[in-house]
Amino acid sequence: MADTTAIESISLDPSRRARLAEFWYYFSENRGAVIGLWIFVALVVIALLAPLIAPHLPYAQYRDATLLPPFWQDGGRAAFPLGTDAVGRDMLSRLLFGARYSLFIGVFVTTIALVGGIIIGVIAGYFGGWIDTVIMRVMDVILAFPSLLLALVLVAVLGPGLTNAMIAIALVLQPHFVRLTRAAVMSEKGREYVTAARVAGAGPLRLMFRTILPNCMAPLIVQATLSFSNAILDAAALGFLGMGAQPPTPEWGTMLAEAREFILRAWWVVTFPGLAILITVLAINLMGDGLRDALDPKLKRS
Amino acid sequence: MLRFLLGRLAVLIPTFIGVSIIAFSFIRLLPGDPVALLSGERVMSPERHAQITHELGYDRHIVIQYLDYLWGVLTGDMGTSIVTKQPVLGQFLTLFPATLELSTCAILLAVILGIPAGIFAALKRGTFFDQSIMGTALVGYSMPIFWWGLLLIILFSGILQWTPVSGRISLLYYFPSVTGFMLIDSLLSGQEGAFKSAVSHLILPTIVLATIPLAVIARQTRSAMLEVLGEDYVRTARAKGLPPFRVVGVHALRNAMIPVITTIGLQVGVLLAGAILTETIFSWPGIGKWMVDSVFRRDYPVIQAGLLMIAGIIMIVNLIVDLLYGLINPRIRY
Repeated sequence: MADTTAIESISLDPSRRARLAEFWYYFSENRGAVIGLWIFVALVVIALLAPLIAPHLPYAQYRDATLLPPFWQDGGRAAFPLGTDAVGRDMLSRLLFGARYSLFIGVFVTTIALVGGIIIGVIAGYFGGWIDTVIMRVMDVILAFPSLLLALVLVAVLGPGLTNAMIAIALVLQPHFVRLTRAAVMSEKGREYVTAARVAGAGPLRLMFRTILPNCMAPLIVQATLSFSNAILDAAALGFLGMGAQPPTPEWGTMLAEAREFILRAWWVVTFPGLAILITVLAINLMGDGLRDALDPKLKRS
Repeated sequence: MLRFLLGRLAVLIPTFIGVSIIAFSFIRLLPGDPVALLSGERVMSPERHAQITHELGYDRHIVIQYLDYLWGVLTGDMGTSIVTKQPVLGQFLTLFPATLELSTCAILLAVILGIPAGIFAALKRGTFFDQSIMGTALVGYSMPIFWWGLLLIILFSGILQWTPVSGRISLLYYFPSVTGFMLIDSLLSGQEGAFKSAVSHLILPTIVLATIPLAVIARQTRSAMLEVLGEDYVRTARAKGLPPFRVVGVHALRNAMIPVITTIGLQVGVLLAGAILTETIFSWPGIGKWMVDSVFRRDYPVIQAGLLMIAGIIMIVNLIVDLLYGLINPRIRY
């Protein structure tokens, strides 16, 4: 596999397939990135199939089975493989459903931050002048706050809840995309192909989004993976503080908040949700490192 | 140097004004009547409402209100807490040393462990050591620290019973606050065991808060070191026959530290955001917990002032880091 892609990557065929093969060649050189990708794929499958593979409903309370330990400990039952929480809900089922929330949060927040950041960044970079100055000062103001603090206060304004938490996090993550897009657009703007397109009669919108933007994508993709994992972490943190998803939602951070009072009595209600967050974020960050190596031409070993 | 400072201030002042506008408009963006929210009185007669509106100055033009607010901020009037009826600035100054002590210990731990780990990984590039250090760093970087704190409590406070669960010092000790730093005050008090108690309270929160900065610093040190080790002057130094520790410790490290210092400076924001979670878990009486508590108590003047002061601290530290940059990097002359 690696050999054939290696040969393809050397060929000068500019087609999309060849570029993809070249990308995969560099990406798959990083073993961690491939492991991260597989874990991420597994998480997506779990999220999609959660209703089919979960042994119980995430909200079902078994009053005869509260705070049961995992099956390998004394008192554990095979029906509840990872034990139950304080009101007798199956931990495994709640964790499986929790994957849906975390991945949805990542996708939703990253999409909003990416699309908003690209539009604002392209405008700032393309027009320059006072428009650029105003936009960048506003971004500096947002970046002056620690992201979690600003998100926390925004949620306090908007009202606690998952939707508001996601909007707040997207707003806080978006300046990074603006900065990257602006910098890339400014460096591409003066190139010959842009001038050629302008002479050929392309309008500003086409120049901005069809001519220039596709050549600025590499850093944005890397930043998007970073935002994806940050979004999951921040949303879980807000859930933990009681300002994100509200109980009884099986969101991992919210589950941890509910479990806090049992930490010294029932280790499993605290350990598993956090482990799920860690594994998800770690898988995405592993992929992000691989993407950076594969997409950043400066780091490519020629 | 002066020109550079003025250039930086030219960016910093508009940013600070923007930050103050956000803090100022925050209370007016809240759903509900700001007068009722600020006075903390839910039911009031129209006359009382008009009186408070006038007292707060809300019957004036919005721009006048903002300028008045800004003047208050610049002269140290940050408003009054709805809950405690105390001036916010005073509360902030009482609580800030706790956060500063915790953050200082955390960043020291992160630097002391992170830089050697990064250098070592770079020198042993591609080996098992490099991979394990960088693997650990990535786990640390991905860590939900609020969970990490709970795990440490389960292990060290629950199972091993080595450390206390919360607070800054055991209730057995009482002494006046001299510096606000528990480690120093407990030593000054001369009470037996007080210092030990303060240290044991500090260990777990420090580890938790240091985790992400430690991972970031180790990763940054490694990549900066790798870049520098590939430079010609390092090869020259080696070719001259200098001992390896001199090549690494003097020639390479000095230049590799430049991006690392920037990274350390950028951790201030990470530390203050992390303090929100860490202080909540360990009931650490600092500004992070204060902000979370205020959000729950709807103590809006505190949130407003806290936002402004935390952003102000971050901006000032970033300015200091930028100035330090010139001192260690002779290529930058202001």
